[in-house]
Amino acid sequence: MNVLRRARLALLAPLLAIVVALAISALVILLIGEDPLAALRVMVDFGDSPSQQTQAIVVVLNRAVPLFLAGLAVSVAFRMGLFNIGVEGQYRLATILAAAAGAAVSLPAPLHVALIVVVAMLVGAFWAGIVAVLKVTRGVSEVISSIMLNFIALGTASFLLTGPLRGSREGSSIITTEEVPESGRFPDLNGVLGALGLAEPRTELYGFLLVAVVVGVVVAVLIKRTRFGFDLRASGLSPSAATASGVDARGMVVKTMLISGAIAGLIGLPDLLGAQYSYGTEFTAGLGFLGIAVALLGRNTPVGIALGALLFAFLDRAAIPLQFADIPASVVTIIQGTIVLAVVVANEIARRLTRNQAERGNAVAPPTTGDGSTGGGQGPGGGPPPDDGPGSGTGPGLRTATGDAGRTDQPQGAKA
Amino acid sequence: MSTAIAPAAGRGALTDRLLGGNRSRRLLVLAVGLLLVFSVVRVVSGEEALTSSSTFAAALLLAVPLALVALGGLFSERAGVVNIGLEGMMILGTWGAGFAGYQWGWAGALVGGAVCGALGGLLHAVATVTFGVDHVVSGVAINILAAGVVRFLSELLYTDNEAGGGVTQSPPLSSRPPSFSLPVLSSGPDLLGDLESRHWFLLSDLAGLLRGLTNGVGVLTLLAVLMIPAAYLLLWRTAFGLRLRSCGENPAAADSLGVPVYRMKYIAVVISGALAGLGGVFLVFIANIYREGQTGGRGFIGLAALIFGNWRPGGLAAGAGLFGFADALQLRSRTAVVALLLLVALLLAAVAVWQAMRRKVVPAVLAAAFGVAALVGFLTIERLPEGIVFFTPHLITLLVLSLASQRLRPPKADGLVYRRGEH
Repeated sequence: MNVLRRARLALLAPLLAIVVALAISALVILLIGEDPLAALRVMVDFGDSPSQQTQAIVVVLNRAVPLFLAGLAVSVAFRMGLFNIGVEGQYRLATILAAAAGAAVSLPAPLHVALIVVVAMLVGAFWAGIVAVLKVTRGVSEVISSIMLNFIALGTASFLLTGPLRGSREGSSIITTEEVPESGRFPDLNGVLGALGLAEPRTELYGFLLVAVVVGVVVAVLIKRTRFGFDLRASGLSPSAATASGVDARGMVVKTMLISGAIAGLIGLPDLLGAQYSYGTEFTAGLGFLGIAVALLGRNTPVGIALGALLFAFLDRAAIPLQFADIPASVVTIIQGTIVLAVVVANEIARRLTRNQAERGNAVAPPTTGDGSTGGGQGPGGGPPPDDGPGSGTGPGLRTATGDAGRTDQPQGAKA
Repeated sequence: MSTAIAPAAGRGALTDRLLGGNRSRRLLVLAVGLLLVFSVVRVVSGEEALTSSSTFAAALLLAVPLALVALGGLFSERAGVVNIGLEGMMILGTWGAGFAGYQWGWAGALVGGAVCGALGGLLHAVATVTFGVDHVVSGVAINILAAGVVRFLSELLYTDNEAGGGVTQSPPLSSRPPSFSLPVLSSGPDLLGDLESRHWFLLSDLAGLLRGLTNGVGVLTLLAVLMIPAAYLLLWRTAFGLRLRSCGENPAAADSLGVPVYRMKYIAVVISGALAGLGGVFLVFIANIYREGQTGGRGFIGLAALIFGNWRPGGLAAGAGLFGFADALQLRSRTAVVALLLLVALLLAAVAVWQAMRRKVVPAVLAAAFGVAALVGFLTIERLPEGIVFFTPHLITLLVLSLASQRLRPPKADGLVYRRGEH
């Protein structure tokens, strides 16, 4: 299968999905008696002056960084067939504890930032680790336990915020933790913008962008180029084949969830260290769930996730201009939700198309894996994790014959 | 009691006495035991709120939406479709109830909420059954989508509405649903209320329970309570129910016997959405208005109640009751929640003894350790902070799952995408 064709297959589903989502959104805008083209013009209008335009780009990038990290955290688990819905709780708890730790100590600048980052990653990994331990020792489905742990994390965070970690004065309307001092903040990248010949924006471009890029590269290398990554992908495609070839399924679940949680711990840091400097009641919420959407959109590859994050960030930025143009800003949420649904449906259609082609003898390898016997069986699936998670990142054509082993296999492993 | 004779070989004599016999006797023993423990805890801790009729009434009020959502989950998951989208369908239900309710009163709200929830269910069915999308993914997408859709519709319909309302809320309902009380016992002479106020051991607790469940019960509450046995009869005692459940256990076999698997799954998921929507309607009835964010994650707690109840109607009702009670207690009196710790300590002590008698050392030690921790908590903590109380149901679910997940039995093909001719 040549590269061009593979690329076409990989791009087909997301493009199809975006077109369908745009069509549905246009229909919605038509229904309320507005002009979809006018709405589109508002969305792509970045302003008149160079300064406004740079500002718009900065807003999009700043929003894309946490979305990218969230998508990455979800995708690592996805590749292994694990569904980490708990990203939301993991990053909220990690951010408040990291904010508190950062405010409590004073260190030289690089060490201070490093400490905050390490605390956030450890908390995120710990919280995700609970899910993993419950799964491998007690056979609790990670979907349910991570949903429950989300609520527990949010409750704990609100308890910590109103109780021991409260930094703002009594009676102030917004409750926050203590501010992280100057040495713990992340430098901005506005100098780079200037060097590129762009006008100075009003707000700062998060320096955490660089960290996100590094994390993205590390994850890409880890999954594509290491033994661990191979085991992870093998376990995701076919747990039984992976176990047969000597992969420790339980250990993989724990390691994968720890990595996923550690990345999730980073999600809140761009906002924390770049703009807000404290965790409060108004801190950005919902990134964990959007991360699931972004990961699905990017088909679990770092590059795809980056594109998905940029798309979602672009849509989010459009909310306020749309409001000014008398179009309900919630159109944006509808577009996002529709994109996700369209993407998963399109993925499924593309998968079936390629399989039909393969059955007609066009392809070399039988490209399918356990169709739909997907993750999240809620039951006592204590053993190897379910096979092929939703929309596993390699294009359908890349799957090898090992996939067929997973097909006859009951995914709720520990029935025996 | 040798292994050859007694089938329940691992049990001790006491366990046999308590848990032996038929099902109804076991349940009766369990219920009386629980009431007794509650009585003891109330007397020891002096927390009258623990068994007051107002607490039980509030518990019923909070349990009903959970039970409705859990019933919704029951239909869908029994047909093999995992439904994480219950929260989204509930959100759609609250919106539908608000929209229909301010125009056509409470009956309109009932229909509107059920229809909107069912539409959410239909979307889930199209994605999972027709297109074979992963069930959890589709559910998550529906949750995101539902939040956007209701905000959009509110912005569209309520911002310039002369009946009131705004971006995040509807105009108030035009009529309130009727409610009923049991004559003589809990209204008029109010014999139960009289008995309750005397604070007698056991008797007053029982009176509090009964009065709470029979005084001022809303029409939807009545409907929901009746729906639980109705769901049992429908799913376990009719041909339709057998077919529906067979789709969740072994769809390929069901298909080969002529069951229209796709259609059954569609029906089940649409019913599921309608029931989740009704759960939303109930929340709107309590507030008499639709507000954004009214569900507050109750769709997920309903899902938890379903799992807690082992995918059975009776079990999910017990789960919903438990979570509703914990929620009601923290609303009535936050100090009373601490008394619950004593209850937990007593229950865990019983579990420890039971496990020790079965020679299971690790669970026994674990239960004993947590029991002691709960007892220490009861003795030292004055009142629990708000954030902690909020996640009690979720913590209980997690504990139950980690202690008993081996005993839970979900439908066998739950969460698997069925494609005709591919299995």
